[in-house]
Amino acid sequence: MGITSRNNRGNFDWLLIVIFLALIGIGWVNIYSASIDPSGVSDFFDLNNLYTRQLLFIGLSFLIIIFVLSLDAKFFERFASVIYVTSILSLLGLFVFGKNISGATSWYSFGSFGLQPSEFAKAATALALAKYLSDIQTDVKSFVHQLRAFVIIALPAICIVPQPDPGSALVYAAFFFPLYREGLSGIYLIIGSITIALFVLTLAFGPIYIIAGIVLIALFLLIKNRKKRFGKRYYYILPLVSIVFVLSVNYIFQNVFEQRHRDRFNVVLGKEVDMKSIGYNTYQSEIAIGNGGLTGKGFLKGTQTKGNFVPEQHTDYIFSTVGEEWGFLGSSLVIILFVGLMLRIIFLAERQKSQFSRIYGYSIAGILFIHFLVNIGMVTGVFPTVGIPLPFFSYGGSGLWGFTILLFIFVKLDSNRVNEW
Amino acid sequence: MRKILLFSIVLISGILLTGRLFYLQILDTSYATLSVNNAIKRVYDYPQRGHIYDRNGSLLVSNQPSYDVMVIPREVKPFDTTEFCGLLKMTKEALKTRLSKAHVYSPRLPSIVIPQLTKSEYAYLQEKMRKYEGFYIQKRSLRDYQVDFGANFLGYIAEVNRSDIEDNPYYQSGDLKGRTGVEKQYEETLRGIKGVKYIQKDRFNRDIGAYKNGSLDTIPEPGKDLTLTIDAELQKYGEELMVNKRGGIIAIEPSTGEILALISAPNYDPSLLVGRQRSANFTKLWYDTIAKPLFDRSLQAEYPPGSPFKTLNALIALQENVVDTQESFACHGGYYYGSRGRKLGCHHHPSPLSMVPGIANSCNAYFANVYRRVIDKYDTPQEGMDRWHNHLASFGLGQYMGTDLPTGRPGYIPDSDYYNRAYEYPKYKWFSTATISNSIGQGEVSLTPIQLANVTATIANRGWYYTPHIVKGIEGQTELIPEKYRTKNVTTIDPANFEPVVEGMFGAYNYGTAAGVQIPGIEICGKTGTAENYTKIDGKRQQLTDHSIFVAFAPKDNPKIAIAVFVENGYWGGRYGGKIASLMIEKHIKGEITRTDLEDWILSHSLEEEYAKPLSGKPFPINDGKKISGKVEKPIL
Repeated sequence: MGITSRNNRGNFDWLLIVIFLALIGIGWVNIYSASIDPSGVSDFFDLNNLYTRQLLFIGLSFLIIIFVLSLDAKFFERFASVIYVTSILSLLGLFVFGKNISGATSWYSFGSFGLQPSEFAKAATALALAKYLSDIQTDVKSFVHQLRAFVIIALPAICIVPQPDPGSALVYAAFFFPLYREGLSGIYLIIGSITIALFVLTLAFGPIYIIAGIVLIALFLLIKNRKKRFGKRYYYILPLVSIVFVLSVNYIFQNVFEQRHRDRFNVVLGKEVDMKSIGYNTYQSEIAIGNGGLTGKGFLKGTQTKGNFVPEQHTDYIFSTVGEEWGFLGSSLVIILFVGLMLRIIFLAERQKSQFSRIYGYSIAGILFIHFLVNIGMVTGVFPTVGIPLPFFSYGGSGLWGFTILLFIFVKLDSNRVNEW
Repeated sequence: MRKILLFSIVLISGILLTGRLFYLQILDTSYATLSVNNAIKRVYDYPQRGHIYDRNGSLLVSNQPSYDVMVIPREVKPFDTTEFCGLLKMTKEALKTRLSKAHVYSPRLPSIVIPQLTKSEYAYLQEKMRKYEGFYIQKRSLRDYQVDFGANFLGYIAEVNRSDIEDNPYYQSGDLKGRTGVEKQYEETLRGIKGVKYIQKDRFNRDIGAYKNGSLDTIPEPGKDLTLTIDAELQKYGEELMVNKRGGIIAIEPSTGEILALISAPNYDPSLLVGRQRSANFTKLWYDTIAKPLFDRSLQAEYPPGSPFKTLNALIALQENVVDTQESFACHGGYYYGSRGRKLGCHHHPSPLSMVPGIANSCNAYFANVYRRVIDKYDTPQEGMDRWHNHLASFGLGQYMGTDLPTGRPGYIPDSDYYNRAYEYPKYKWFSTATISNSIGQGEVSLTPIQLANVTATIANRGWYYTPHIVKGIEGQTELIPEKYRTKNVTTIDPANFEPVVEGMFGAYNYGTAAGVQIPGIEICGKTGTAENYTKIDGKRQQLTDHSIFVAFAPKDNPKIAIAVFVENGYWGGRYGGKIASLMIEKHIKGEITRTDLEDWILSHSLEEEYAKPLSGKPFPINDGKKISGKVEKPIL
């Protein structure tokens, strides 16, 4: 055991830990800038300051890291189901005990602090999915097993949507990646991509052009493959289904979505020009980022940041502070750090001998990716507004701890791979 | 594929987002500009506009503080309206309408509640304004005119318009800018540079401190004072003499080119264009298309110069060596030329005459002769015409004078091109006789009064002049005026050739056409002018009463003043122009008027009746009734 534990210690992936520390550090500096009182009278250690609180959360996250790393690596696999059930119960408990903060019942309240169980549910779901898929009896190619995996993923998402927090629920789409990695049919990927593409293109250009495009492509393929004997019916069925879908896009958009969702789409598609009301957040965020230029305005010198023009700048819009104060150089460094972190996780996940660890690794890479893409996409105005935080950056204890746990379970699993046979 | 899907998507997304950042932060600069617009407020500190003094240091234009009570509607908190109305001396209803109007204009931008309080009203209000949130007092600086004359060259200032703001980023809405006169020409000198404080704002538009700790803030640079070359006393006197007349008087100090008086009649009180009544008064002046008070006749009016132009023809003839001072020409009531016996008429005077008495008696025949000799001296009339034109150009004629005033006209001096076009040369030929009217300052030539005054100054200097200018010094320092006004312009005429002309002008005053307006004790050289002129009435060219023109300088040696007077439809040179010129010269040299008979005559005579004639819609007599302008239309039977 003595040898094993020494190996364990030495096998932590230090690159992940360094990137994690860098992101936490840069994140806090920007929260400080975004939340400091411009009059500069408040005490640094006053817990009413958001940056002081975040510093406290960071301190506590180190305790969590030590705790996670000190657990046996097998603990997570063994207790995955228990953790998952506990997590679902904590989400359900919100309907009874939850505290409503700015319209969403997502928190348990402890004095001036709140705890957001949905931030922890991601890790629990990742563990549960990894456990289920890595089970020797599970076959990803079986439809029934696919359905069960889908239930595991959907359950927490369904609990989160009515809070309402559709952004956090959207994150569960990330579990497509481990499923696909483990052998889920590519058809889902193709159908999913085509559906999204058709939806967005139809909204942007209107149904007539898109239908014309579909017909042209179908004709082209039909003529090119006219000698083929089998599967010809797909050349008729698929375009037909696509056209029906395209025609129904407007109906879905007008009747299934709410006005605010439509507005957000329209802002990104450049159709709404009222930048004072509907597009305000995105517009101000773009101004702040654009104001940064190449090298940025400098620490604490961002005029938009100081003026509090960007709403939620310390949480979901924290990246606009990076953009304004550190410029293109600073913000691309942050992107490089995130991309590096995710690629490193995927690389390590592929290296795992245990299927459980690999699925878990893919899950968290996917989760981080959805957060990264949707958040930075939203802040830079290429994605519709969806309120999800930037991992390790955005202000908030639950989010920080959720991601820390998510990441360090993987660090622990990874460190144990030499013991896996 | 399964192993690289997420890997590739992550990588591509990272690259795309970096690309988006590159676009936002580096390629597209419009966002950076927007940031300046909404996060930084600029507060301006306006310096005092420079004062304007006359050449003797007496103050012409200063500033008066003006206090406006302003309101920002959305910052208004409930207040004691009764007390407030009492303070502002306005009714509750009036206040209510003002506030609702302000709110309609903009809830966030300041509007005026009460404009232009007096100093004492302000002093009383200032203490109490703090109590009323959303209201404040804006101090502005308006022009305070110490004199009621000189509006034509002083100019006025007015709020900048859209094109000013677009043309020059210095200005923004509400700024004041010189519009005409020295206010416009020396705008940058007078206005100084406004200071600016940058204030960081938050999204509620509240001030949250100095931007960059005030490191970008600037202190206003005060406007500089101007000293004009104008002699206020002379200017004032000249404007008094020109009451009820139209025209211009320009007096220049020949040795410096400084403009002593620049009178355009009718003029207006510069104070009319200040304060609450500015707009109404301006409209009134603008729409007076008959008297045109905003038209500076001294700089912009192009008149036929008439007989004073003969002095120039004499100079050119001497320079071209086509005549000497001894040769005499006979005058038989005029000059006959051409095969059909056309005649350029003349008045009664002794005959024959040589140059000096020719100028003194203003003999048309004499000048027709010498002019033809100049034009015919060369092989072609074209060449002669161009030589003649170039001599005149060296006096600054036919081109913009280049004074330091923003308005002016070039006048016109024809050259061979002009006549070639007019006579369709070479299809038809033209000769010196075709341009004979130029010999006596009629025909194609036209001059502005200031050009004529400058010609007079050049003759007084015997061959050179400084470009006339109106600013003597900036902040009392004369070396700050542009180099151009300190550089001598030399004409193409030798100084020696000026003496006979000076003698001739001296003769005009002593025994010639201007003998009636002598001033005892001053040796004046002058030249009368009576210029025919025409107007169009209902599309028909009709002759009006002749202009009265007079040029003079004095004393004959070391001249102190050169003057040109144009009085529109003033019958003949000596009648108005000569008298006014004499009085002005006496006023300048002696400082007092001994010829009170002349003064009384001028002050008591009006030409308004003359000016009303062409507007009557009926044929009218011109030039003392010797002639009727236009013909009586036959009644329809």
